[in-house]
Amino acid sequence: MEVPILKQGEVLIATFQAALSDADLNQLRSGLVQQVVRFRSRGVIVDVTAMDVLDSFASRTLREITHMIRLRGAETVIVGIQPEVAFAMVQLGLTLEGVATALDLEEGLAYLNQKFKKTN
Amino acid sequence: MPINSDQDIVVARQKGRALATELGFPPGDATLIATAISELARNIVSYARKRHITLQKIDGLNREGLSVIASDQGPGITDIRQAMRDGFSTSGSLGMGLPGVRRLMDEFEIKSQPGRGTTVVVKKWKQ
Amino acid sequence: MAKRNGMSQETVTLNNRAGELARDEAPSELLRELVAHLRQNRTQLREEWVARISEARLLTAMTKEEIFAEATSVYDSYVEALETETFEALQAYARNLSERIIPRGVETHEVLGIVLLLRDVLARSLFAKYQTDFKKLNRILDAYEPAANRIQSTVAVGFVQERERVIRQQQEAIRELSTPVLQVRERLLILPIIGVIDPQRSRQLTEQLLRGIRTNRAKVVVIDITGVAAMDATVANHLVQTVEASRLLGANVIVTGLSPEIAQTLVTIGIDLGKMNTVGDLQGGIEQAERLLGYKVVALAEPS
Repeated sequence: MEVPILKQGEVLIATFQAALSDADLNQLRSGLVQQVVRFRSRGVIVDVTAMDVLDSFASRTLREITHMIRLRGAETVIVGIQPEVAFAMVQLGLTLEGVATALDLEEGLAYLNQKFKKTN
Repeated sequence: MPINSDQDIVVARQKGRALATELGFPPGDATLIATAISELARNIVSYARKRHITLQKIDGLNREGLSVIASDQGPGITDIRQAMRDGFSTSGSLGMGLPGVRRLMDEFEIKSQPGRGTTVVVKKWKQ
Repeated sequence: MAKRNGMSQETVTLNNRAGELARDEAPSELLRELVAHLRQNRTQLREEWVARISEARLLTAMTKEEIFAEATSVYDSYVEALETETFEALQAYARNLSERIIPRGVETHEVLGIVLLLRDVLARSLFAKYQTDFKKLNRILDAYEPAANRIQSTVAVGFVQERERVIRQQQEAIRELSTPVLQVRERLLILPIIGVIDPQRSRQLTEQLLRGIRTNRAKVVVIDITGVAAMDATVANHLVQTVEASRLLGANVIVTGLSPEIAQTLVTIGIDLGKMNTVGDLQGGIEQAERLLGYKVVALAEPS
């Protein structure tokens, strides 16, 4: 499944679709890291607005993405988790600890800009 | 429906959501059901043979609901009580484990025989 | 016209044909006769029933015309149920009727009362009709009573079920009203939790809050638990889940109203208060929220 990854300045924006299989998620993980290296991005926004279910595997993948991208010196923000999805996640005990989250794209960009200012 | 690949997990939860919506469950509940199916399917994909998920409409006293039956013919769970303890997961991080699924649904039942396999039945009722 | 069992041939032929029939009739034939009688005397019996209803001061919430109209429908449904010996139509009618009269304030005892009165009125008319034929009266009553009982419970159950449905709806509405998510400033929401938190309410609370976060684009949420009736492990877990879910939507949560006792309870349960942002009172919580949002809290200068 093709996932669009847009470059906006120093930030990469990946819009995850619904119905991503485990294999898709694994591909995305490595793909994103590659892009970060290629474009020397400082930040990545993963937009999961379209994802109607975030289960334990998806949750773990998001944590791994954040970790791997941090190792490359960039920050990741997960945006667009839907209220019902968030509710289901906490029932399962998936808290995305250690991962930055924001309401939507706008908030995600604001968060990254804040972070960039601090490190500049 | 059989669960043999990770793609099947996606199919299973999509069907679950569709059935839940068709039965008139509110979208929040439909998400809970779909998530539970995803987790249950996960728990049986990794190492078991003949993995299977069945979705059914069920009728109760004055109410309707949906049941998910996840079964496999794998090695079975030797210590069910330990499997039901929060945070426990038999194969690394595939499947957050059953306690989470229990929280998502209204009713939860598990039967396992070492060497024969495991069956988990969960139900959610429409208010 | 006396009737006796074990009569001789002659006596049989001398007997009234109705009497002979009565000896051999099947219950359903008796019912048919009964139904015919009820239909024939419909107007009069219905009037009598309505009179008894006002005598007993039932259905005071309704006007005379309304009572008459409903009485007609109930009467006809009653007779039809007796005739067809099926009760689905009656049950549907009972629910429909309940739906209409419950909002008018009609109570359970009134509904049960009027059906009992109808039963009495009809029974008495049977006594009147068959008073000279005691054995037949018995048979008719044998056929009538089970059916009348069934009708009684069908109507009662239908009414009660409808009532329970209405109560559930009202409870839901109350729950909605009593968990307001307030927008105090831009990007700041306050959720005061008051009273008893059962699992249903807790879930509704969380869902309302999460929707509120999304709609108001809130960056900070202050959850005030000063008014929570009882803090136990279940409630505490729900609270933690709410905090975690809010964070997934990018909102910071400040929990206020934590008394030292409750804090102790939470710690004993195993909740890591260090992870939760807690402030003693609501005022302090709002101030901290404002700081988080970048507002400066400035004291107004004293008027000179």
